[in-house]
Amino acid sequence: MFKRIMVPVDLAHVDRLNKALTCAADMAKQHGSEVVYVGVSAATPTSVAHNPEEFAKKLEAFAVEQGQASGVTTTAHAVTSHDPSVDLDPTLLKAVDETGADLVVMASHIPNVTDYIWPSNGGTIAGHAKVSVLVVR
Amino acid sequence: MADTTNDEGIPQPEGASDIIETEYEIGQDNIETSIGPFGLDIHNPVFMISGLSVVVFVFAALIFPGQFETFFGWLRPALTSTFDWFFMLAANVFVIFCLLLIVTPLGSVRLGGADATPDYGYPGWFAMLFAAGMGIGLMFFGVLEPAYYFGTPWGDEPLGAARPFGEDGQIIAANVEEARRMALAATSYHWALHPWAIYAVVALSLALFSYNKGLPLSIRSAFYPILGERVWGWWGHTIDTLAVFATLFGLATSLGIGAQQANAGLDFVYGIPTSVTTQVLLIIGITAVALVSVLRGLDGGVKILSEINMVVAAALLLFVLFAAGAVTILGDFVMGLGAYFTEVVPLSNPFGREDDGYREGWTAFYWAWWISWSPFVGMFIARVSRGRTVREFVTCVLIIPSIVCVFWMAVFGGTAINDMIANPEASLVKANVIDAYKPELSLFGMLEALPLTAITSTVAIVLVIVFFVTSSDSGSLVIDTITAGGKIDAPVPQRVFWCTFEGMVAIALLLGGGLTSLQAMVISTGLPFTIVLLLMCFAIFRGLQAERQAL
Repeated sequence: MFKRIMVPVDLAHVDRLNKALTCAADMAKQHGSEVVYVGVSAATPTSVAHNPEEFAKKLEAFAVEQGQASGVTTTAHAVTSHDPSVDLDPTLLKAVDETGADLVVMASHIPNVTDYIWPSNGGTIAGHAKVSVLVVR
Repeated sequence: MADTTNDEGIPQPEGASDIIETEYEIGQDNIETSIGPFGLDIHNPVFMISGLSVVVFVFAALIFPGQFETFFGWLRPALTSTFDWFFMLAANVFVIFCLLLIVTPLGSVRLGGADATPDYGYPGWFAMLFAAGMGIGLMFFGVLEPAYYFGTPWGDEPLGAARPFGEDGQIIAANVEEARRMALAATSYHWALHPWAIYAVVALSLALFSYNKGLPLSIRSAFYPILGERVWGWWGHTIDTLAVFATLFGLATSLGIGAQQANAGLDFVYGIPTSVTTQVLLIIGITAVALVSVLRGLDGGVKILSEINMVVAAALLLFVLFAAGAVTILGDFVMGLGAYFTEVVPLSNPFGREDDGYREGWTAFYWAWWISWSPFVGMFIARVSRGRTVREFVTCVLIIPSIVCVFWMAVFGGTAINDMIANPEASLVKANVIDAYKPELSLFGMLEALPLTAITSTVAIVLVIVFFVTSSDSGSLVIDTITAGGKIDAPVPQRVFWCTFEGMVAIALLLGGGLTSLQAMVISTGLPFTIVLLLMCFAIFRGLQAERQAL
């Protein structure tokens, strides 16, 4: 049913992603799809990597590790953004096209009052992506 | 809105660079928490200390206005007249250092690794360079400064240039050309190589230590070669806090004083009376637009506003150029540029001069002012300069803006000087700069003498206001990054906080008094930062050497 499942990951907070990662891997197994992990990084040094190149390598390693653990085919797609706090949503939407994914599985927090002003990333992606989006809470 | 550097993902590979291995992990001192529904990711303790110290100083200035005014009103001039030689020598060092970087092999090092590609194209990059740190000054001083040096009778004439007006206000024709030449050279001196070298040193050190060495994008990182691992402790906290403190008060006091000046302009052009209410509304309006800008982000807000501003400023510049007579003004530009090159050495020599009014009152003041702004402007320039080689960076941050500034001063200053000599009795420039000192009206006085005054004055007011917005939004991003321990992906409510906080500080100081005394305090921080900048030059040299070896 789905050929390629895109999973946005925040390498600084992998511990919060467990449910979404498991969910994506299970669905991939069931449909025989490929999982592509998308990571967005700033060009400046971050807690994850010193530079975009190192970030891409870490994301690659993450994808390999996930693939070995779950037994599905995995790839990585790293992107840089000038201002990740603000540009994350459009960057992810662009990544949906770039990766050719037909399903997005992403973790999101439980909505609270600020979501009226700043919608959650999951909410925005679900609202704007042309493909199916599964928001895992 | 999202303008990723490369559609294929990460630019691969970034090539050789000499990463500094440190135990420190970016964000390790950060606190991730939430206040009510707002998520935060802030550096402990820089965020709290800078925030609280700003509040303490605002309250102190409101409670003891007299003492503050007396102390800082004494401190700032005392520092600039005592240490004028130090400021001037240091600024010369920065210029020579930057020029050497262009010609030596060190200039071939690329910011972001040997194969990095530039994040921004030239138009957006230049627009942001000007809009962050200098645009507002060009509007304010473009007419004021050349006109003042040309006609001042109060002993502030640069290098003792001959005076064009006699005691009776009559023109002394023989002195006009010399006075004009020196006025343009002396103004250009304050706006060309020296200020941009100051910004370039700070920007280069931050870009180098962040993009090539992998240290967090924060002022403290530039000190790694000198302080080593100590920069992650209280040494670093102090440096970062001081930078936030100077930036926030620098922005807030300029905003407050700027609102008063914009009000004076509105009064002059539209007859909107000068009142605190108007000024508070102006601050709220500027802060609100800046908020929208930071919420739209670097590419969707700050860059677009900067570009709009550049187009409008260029249009105003061209209008003045052609309305005032392009041939004469272009002649002034060539003459001003030549005068700058011949006079820059005598002007930048601090010893054996008698023009104390100019050297201590203007030059040293400017140097302290640029240097106190340099953490903010330098960090913002660093943020947008990844992917350039050092040679390209220095050429584009030093040489090209210098030429633009000399041109701007020739157009605005040349027009103003012509207006003063054409009809000294009726000249509004002369009335507002020389006869009575009302600096905020100098620009409008000049525009008054040209056609289409109603339109151009409105454009000028809008430009002044939008330049405040572009300083305010980029400043908020810089403060947010420093107080998040160098993270540029901190939650959005934090930048909203700093942007709003800056507006509130400006309003509090406007209502309670203390704008000028706290601005004097900020400019006083220029002295310690001068030592900091000198150390940065050394750190850049060492860092670039290591980078060359890594290639």
